[in-house]
Amino acid sequence: MAITRAEVAHLARLSRLALDDDELDHLAGQLDQILGAVARVGEVAAADIPPTSHALPLTNVMRPDENRPCLDPAEALAAAPAAEGQRFRVPRILDEEA
Amino acid sequence: MADLTRIGAADLAALVAAGEASAVEVTQAHLDRVDAVDDSVHAFLHVDHEGALAAAGAVDAKRSSGERLGPLAGVPLALKDVLTQRGVPTTCGSRILDGWRPPYDSTVVSRLRAAGVVILGKTNMDEFAMGSSTEHSAFGPTRNPWDLDRAPGGSGGGSAAAVAAHFAPLAIGTDTGGSIRQPAALTGTVGVKPTYGGVSRYGLVACASSLDQAGPCARSVLDAALLHEVIAGHDPMDATSIDAPVPPVVAAARAGDVRDLRVGVVRELSGEGYHSGVEQRFREAVSLLEQLGAQVQEVSCPHFPYALAAYYLILPGEVSSNLARFDAMRYGLRIDDDGTTSAEEVMARTRAAGFGPEVKRRVILGTYALSSGYYDAYYGQAQKVRTLISRDFTAAFEQVDVLVSPTAPTTAFRLGERVDDPMAMYLNDVCTIPANLAGNAAMSLPCGLSPDDGLPVGLQVMAPALADDRLYRVSAALEAAYVDAWGNPLTEEVPQL
Repeated sequence: MAITRAEVAHLARLSRLALDDDELDHLAGQLDQILGAVARVGEVAAADIPPTSHALPLTNVMRPDENRPCLDPAEALAAAPAAEGQRFRVPRILDEEA
Repeated sequence: MADLTRIGAADLAALVAAGEASAVEVTQAHLDRVDAVDDSVHAFLHVDHEGALAAAGAVDAKRSSGERLGPLAGVPLALKDVLTQRGVPTTCGSRILDGWRPPYDSTVVSRLRAAGVVILGKTNMDEFAMGSSTEHSAFGPTRNPWDLDRAPGGSGGGSAAAVAAHFAPLAIGTDTGGSIRQPAALTGTVGVKPTYGGVSRYGLVACASSLDQAGPCARSVLDAALLHEVIAGHDPMDATSIDAPVPPVVAAARAGDVRDLRVGVVRELSGEGYHSGVEQRFREAVSLLEQLGAQVQEVSCPHFPYALAAYYLILPGEVSSNLARFDAMRYGLRIDDDGTTSAEEVMARTRAAGFGPEVKRRVILGTYALSSGYYDAYYGQAQKVRTLISRDFTAAFEQVDVLVSPTAPTTAFRLGERVDDPMAMYLNDVCTIPANLAGNAAMSLPCGLSPDDGLPVGLQVMAPALADDRLYRVSAALEAAYVDAWGNPLTEEVPQL
């Protein structure tokens, strides 16, 4: 077995996904099957091969730093779940452990 | 006048330019068809009647004032719901974005507007473009116009179905591992994944940023080329956009000549798992290319059998990172914000409620593949395999000008058949993924109906990066030969809905 239910629960917490027990059970079996299949990449002898992260050989694309029109505060906040003044209002972030 | 919904994009634009039909008439005819029969297909998540008619009216006004119109002015188009259009709902097929109206246009939309293309609405898709059947949409599946009990492919099943069902002659899709080409194959339409960086990703909600590419869907090769030319080209708003001229795709689609072109048949993209009817139509397409004057040879790409495995490590890795932006803070869904629940818990509950099962699978898989301890064996090794797949392409393109294969190993499968069997679903993309990993251009062209089940089969053509015109040259030559043989484009055979 490549992945246990406890590991899936840990990964879900890292991924900020509050999954219920049924979802964890279901996912653990499926992820184990998927990992078994994708582990095939290990069959390729590639020790000396450089990794590719991106198809294009681009680095540090620059542009002039110029003022451009942008969203005004009302537009930027229009889709916010909650706003206050010109700010996004978020749930409590202090005393997370309390 | 003939039914305007049966006419292709190039011909519709000519009618509008000549004043034989107004853009408003053309648009209204397509909207009427959508209103009448999309209940049975569910290609659209949102139909923008008002916006479409206003855009069409603007084209007509331009024409009456004597302004020159572009080659697609007044032509209706269906837009995959993963591209932002200012003020129009954009959900990406997800509950987490239900009701979101983006405050800006994607570059693709800006270019469509500038060209006078009329956007009818937003099309259904697998959630955040993850899936191969459109069944992973939070808003219900799209049905294949060829057989309403079957999937249209995915993730861009809505765009492909809209084109096949004559809701619009054109659509925009996005292709991360085959999401334009595989639905094109399963619906008997044309779908193109341009060279990575050929079309701006600004305003394209990211799935896997190093793989995502927007491109055209159409019923003919020329229509796809005309749309390709409108949306492609350098955009400073996307740092991965290629600063080079757009390949001459329209000229290639008009030329359609394969004499002396070297065509490679990819040995590894056949055999076990491929329907015999798919392989039969594919072999016939290869023979047809030979008859048309192409030089055909078999080519080996030895690392392609590992592409699917590499992709399902690289993609989830990028997905787990990209989808972290859906944090319930600035836009989108937020639940359980009762004044006592912490931000972290609100975020976790919102994401659990807002994302569907396939997105959750891939986010967790990606988080795993990127974890220290597993990184080298999974993600790191997958990136090395990605290099080897690119090298396979480079070596192949030293021998031949284009590569061909079936687009998908099977024809359209039944709804529900694979939806909770991830590996069976992933195998749909086995032929299309290599081009995404390497970033080169690829296209699917209908090559007939399978003798097994009477459903469409797609031929995939692959070309080197920035040689997108070769796709159109090959496909246009084949399409002309098919239309001669069949008497009609394949989409004329789609059942009446």
